[in-house]
Amino acid sequence: MTEISVPPTQGAARRPVLPKVLTSPVAVIGGTVVVFWCVVALFAPLIAPYDPVEQFTPFVRPGESGPDGLWHMLGTDHLGRDILSRIIFGARRVLFFAVTATFSAYAVGVTMGLAAGYLRGWVDDVVSTIANIVLSFPVLVLYVVIISVFGASGGNIILAVTFASAPGIMRIVRSIVLDLRNRDYVASAETRGETATYIMFVEILPNATSLLIVDACLRLGYVTITIGVLGFLGLGLPPPQPDWGGMVNEARSMATFAPYMTLSPCAAISSLVLGLNLLADGLRETELKD
Amino acid sequence: MLNFLIRRLGMLIGTMLAVSLLTFLLLEVNGDAVVVKVIGPYSTQEQREIWLEANGYNEPAALRYVTWLWDVTRGDFGESIRYRAQVADVLWPRLANTAILAAVVFAIMIPLSITAGVIAGMNEGGVIDRIISTISILTTSVPEFASAVFLAFLFVLTLGWFPATSTMSEGFEPMQLVMPTMVLVLFGFGYVARMMRASMSEVMHSNYIRTAMLRGLPFRRVITHHALRNALIAPFTVIILQINWLLSGVIVVEFFFAYRGFGALLLEASLTQDIRLLQACAMVSVVVAVSTQTIADIGYGFLNPRVRFT
Repeated sequence: MTEISVPPTQGAARRPVLPKVLTSPVAVIGGTVVVFWCVVALFAPLIAPYDPVEQFTPFVRPGESGPDGLWHMLGTDHLGRDILSRIIFGARRVLFFAVTATFSAYAVGVTMGLAAGYLRGWVDDVVSTIANIVLSFPVLVLYVVIISVFGASGGNIILAVTFASAPGIMRIVRSIVLDLRNRDYVASAETRGETATYIMFVEILPNATSLLIVDACLRLGYVTITIGVLGFLGLGLPPPQPDWGGMVNEARSMATFAPYMTLSPCAAISSLVLGLNLLADGLRETELKD
Repeated sequence: MLNFLIRRLGMLIGTMLAVSLLTFLLLEVNGDAVVVKVIGPYSTQEQREIWLEANGYNEPAALRYVTWLWDVTRGDFGESIRYRAQVADVLWPRLANTAILAAVVFAIMIPLSITAGVIAGMNEGGVIDRIISTISILTTSVPEFASAVFLAFLFVLTLGWFPATSTMSEGFEPMQLVMPTMVLVLFGFGYVARMMRASMSEVMHSNYIRTAMLRGLPFRRVITHHALRNALIAPFTVIILQINWLLSGVIVVEFFFAYRGFGALLLEASLTQDIRLLQACAMVSVVVAVSTQTIADIGYGFLNPRVRFT
């Protein structure tokens, strides 16, 4: 019997990422928390006991029922809205905007980084200079300025996050590309006469993904914090639909006699970010093992 | 050496110019938007025209930028709408308050996180390392406003140890600084400790540490004389850049505890659309950020002779 030799495919061989991740307990714990919140966000209407903006009896304590006989596990806020339902629907809003904003920042940052790292020359100079200027702003100051100029809305938050995060992503991608551009598969693609766009997106980008996934997890956590902080500062997603930071902002003045209103959304955002950070940590560990 | 300093200084000025242009484009270039914010949305068209003419907004944008920049460099930021006073008079006392807060935070956070990182890096994989690493990942995961809520619940509402607000309305009270400091230290601690741990564990694996150990030097001496000096080089930049991060952190913390500092002022300017104040705050924070970056770069060159001034 003759063995059929399989020619190595272009680029790096596809490594099975998922099973390896399962060997890291840290990644599994983090991943479970993240999946939990994703499920909550996806099935929010099925899980939530009440409508997140419907008003019942205000100031019902956690675990108690109002005079109308309705039970609220996490209580109700000053407008009588069920806090558990608001957290569940808040997960939907927070995750949607965090993921969209991170994705948008990646789309811009990766393109900039690929162009700077592969094309070099004046493209690199221009892109790197822009990145340095944006990065010299303290991040939150940049957000506050952008939001106060363009107004607080979901779209503007995505815009602000993209503007502030793309330069950081660009730097990482650029440094990876500087390393990858001298590989044989890039040279062979160049010899075949492929276009620069093809080489950047089809040859180089897929080989950078494993490194970028760790960064994406961390960044997603950071963007979640940003959206929470903006909501907390009153510059975030407009009410009445719930988001976690906004819930803390609304209930802040009542924290002395109704601390449960602020504690539960804070616990929600902290657990999600912790999950993302643990997942990133576990992924990095398994990356380093090879 | 001199060459390096001049180049860094040139870069500093270049960045400042670019940022000032960006600030100008974002906030100042559209005169019609400025006038509405300054004299109010219910002003008549005629009033707006008069104001625009009187304040030189009918000049070309490039000329306005140069004039504005010239005023800013002399510390003249114009008049705050909200405070009805010169921006400079409002700004500097607030900045001083934040400087006090930041100094206290640094004085506690840096020794604490460096010590924790060094101990963790020395005992890589051990119990102490795991505890410190878990604490640092936990504290960096909790956003400042959430840790403020948790800590306020514990120390203010349940235990009643510290005051809930830090307005300093009756003179300076050190007790009121405790809560804001605690929140900021907690959030920054994890990051610096993790960097320090990584750097320390790298140094501990190096050849010269092994050599020193094999020469039979006492462990304590190897750590203090050989490992620490080298392990401190890499995190130095990170530590200096924490000033930059603090500028973001103070916005949240000062807002939460009603501390009358720079961060709260910036947020107030943004929420009330006080455009002159916002410009001034943005420019000041960029000056602070860019100068700390320059200091970090120069300091790094001093600490690490291998990258010195190339």
